[in-house]
Amino acid sequence: MTEAVETLIAPFLEKDGGLLRALHALQASEGYIDAAHIPVVAGAFNLSKAEVKGVISFYADFRRAPAGRYHVKICQAESCQAVGSRRLTEKALTALGIKLGDTTVSGAVTVDAVYCLGLCAAGPAAMIDGTLRARLDADGFAAEIQALAEEGA
Amino acid sequence: MTKLYVPLDSVAAALGADGVADALKKADSTFEIVRTGSRGMAWLEPLVEVETARGRVGYGPVTPGDVESLMAAGFASSSAIMGASADSGQHPLCVGLVDDIPYFKNQDRQIFARCGITDPLCFEDYRNQGGMEGLGKAIRLGGVEICAEVMASGLRGRGGAAFPAGIKWNTVAGAEADQKYIVCNADEGDSGTFADRMIMEGDPFLLIEGMVIAGLGVGATKGFIYLRSEYPVARRILTQAIARAYERALLGPDVLGPDGLSSGKAFDLELFMGAGAYICGEETSLLESLEGKRGQVRAKPPLPALEGLHGKPTLVHNVISLCAVPAILQKGGAWYKDLGMGRSTGTMPFQLAGNIKYGGLFEAPFGISLDDLVNIYGGGTRTGRPVRAVQVGGPLGAYLPPNLFETPMDYEAFQNIGAGIGHGGIVVFDDTVDLAAQAKYAFDFCAEESCGKCTPCRIGAVRGSEVIANIIAGENQAENTVLVKDLCEVMEDGSLCAMGGMTPVPVMSALEHFPEDFKTAEGK
Repeated sequence: MTEAVETLIAPFLEKDGGLLRALHALQASEGYIDAAHIPVVAGAFNLSKAEVKGVISFYADFRRAPAGRYHVKICQAESCQAVGSRRLTEKALTALGIKLGDTTVSGAVTVDAVYCLGLCAAGPAAMIDGTLRARLDADGFAAEIQALAEEGA
Repeated sequence: MTKLYVPLDSVAAALGADGVADALKKADSTFEIVRTGSRGMAWLEPLVEVETARGRVGYGPVTPGDVESLMAAGFASSSAIMGASADSGQHPLCVGLVDDIPYFKNQDRQIFARCGITDPLCFEDYRNQGGMEGLGKAIRLGGVEICAEVMASGLRGRGGAAFPAGIKWNTVAGAEADQKYIVCNADEGDSGTFADRMIMEGDPFLLIEGMVIAGLGVGATKGFIYLRSEYPVARRILTQAIARAYERALLGPDVLGPDGLSSGKAFDLELFMGAGAYICGEETSLLESLEGKRGQVRAKPPLPALEGLHGKPTLVHNVISLCAVPAILQKGGAWYKDLGMGRSTGTMPFQLAGNIKYGGLFEAPFGISLDDLVNIYGGGTRTGRPVRAVQVGGPLGAYLPPNLFETPMDYEAFQNIGAGIGHGGIVVFDDTVDLAAQAKYAFDFCAEESCGKCTPCRIGAVRGSEVIANIIAGENQAENTVLVKDLCEVMEDGSLCAMGGMTPVPVMSALEHFPEDFKTAEGK
């Protein structure tokens, strides 16, 4: 495991901002950053474990636990608020029975907040596993992610 | 061959443009489908355009399910293409010649001249449509004169601070160092803004050209684009555009060497991905992040222009600022200065967002009024209810009522009403908005995104949210309102950067212009 991590992050050791690049690579490879990898990363970059943890915890993208099979991000920013994102979010969460930032018990769906996807003229907006969605209808979206939750359970 | 244009832009993609392109190809495999950026008329996306003898005829918004009826109406038949049938048949989605749509026609597209029209990854298109002329002139002029043109243009930073670009360029140019950097701030986190995204997706070579000119101007040989991770389409397009720019020697050890224009100057460019932190749009936080650290704000001075990335002189600019540069070089700083009003020179890509009927990008010289943008071109709200408030300039911008809509879009005019233009985003709310809830959100957002380095921002945001919650609950409204104002003053005066320093702007403007939302007999 240590060796695999070292190989994965090796290309970034001498790069500008190498630690962020390495963490992105780890996250892309495993879907989150396993606490067990932190000493390896710290050693490779000649940093303390605290420094690496500090960077991981600072950025919203770096997860410390795996997300659900479907990862939904719903925009919570002002533009989407103006066209009903609060209601959209509430309906979606009610349909799944979870809170923002949580994963369904089955491990099927995680819903996170995101602050702006740049689709502000066509809100409310969301992203499902990297696919952008715009001009969403609250009921339709809730039904859609409920179906994902059932399918992924 | 019939040529169709389908945007690859994020908005179009989010509304199904990829499926539309597939369906069109399936309907007739001889169609040549060019994927472009967006024209910026979001209500028409996905907008499919057909090249005809009269110009490009548009259809939108098109879903994959509409393709069958478009084909049946002969939207791309030979008679339609020859321009024989007026507006190419009677399909209900036809919007006529796209260039003639008033929203589009009434703009002055300088930065977005090619966006939505050309293939963003086709370097020949870029060159044939005016690209590379600014760089050619820059190479002939040399560093000192490049900076002089930028100074003469009166260009001010488009990220929000509106600092005169020329002063920054001269500072970096004058600094002695073995290495200097150009850093493009593409961490466009403000809600209601998407101009950076659109230009990166729709005309990426423009940004690259602007950065190369900046490099030649200030003597920097290395550049970074710091892109937010919420922009996957921009990431894909920029990655490919940078690779092509190297192939064409727009980037590399001798910029434009093979063209015989040899600059003799190197410029390398890398794309760097952020990781979901709004604060990294603040320039010193961005530099920390680019060094692989927590994106914590640095105290200024030293200015990044003197001690920026790795302690070296660094020119940090927003995407749109850099995209304005090629035209300034091509047509001259004096030309640019004549656009706009007062000390707000040039054009600004305004972004009409939120609850708006005709949302999208509207590029115009400074001086156009909010009313024109929101009510005339924007068409009022999407819900059809009265406009009650707009927030201009992102989460740190003011909430303004309609009685201030005559204010011209001008940095100084906005300053005079306690507001800012920021990055040019305008978020429209109808009369169902609750400004007390929006004020609370401003504090909540600050609490969520504060880097935590300075106390007024880190603690103030949390306390502010609590006090507004108490006001909403009807507790000691008068006293708590005084408390919020006092807290805002502390945050404004005591914060290290604009995050804490300007979170009071939405809060105070909501209190000033919409006091009734904070005063209800029974609480809320």
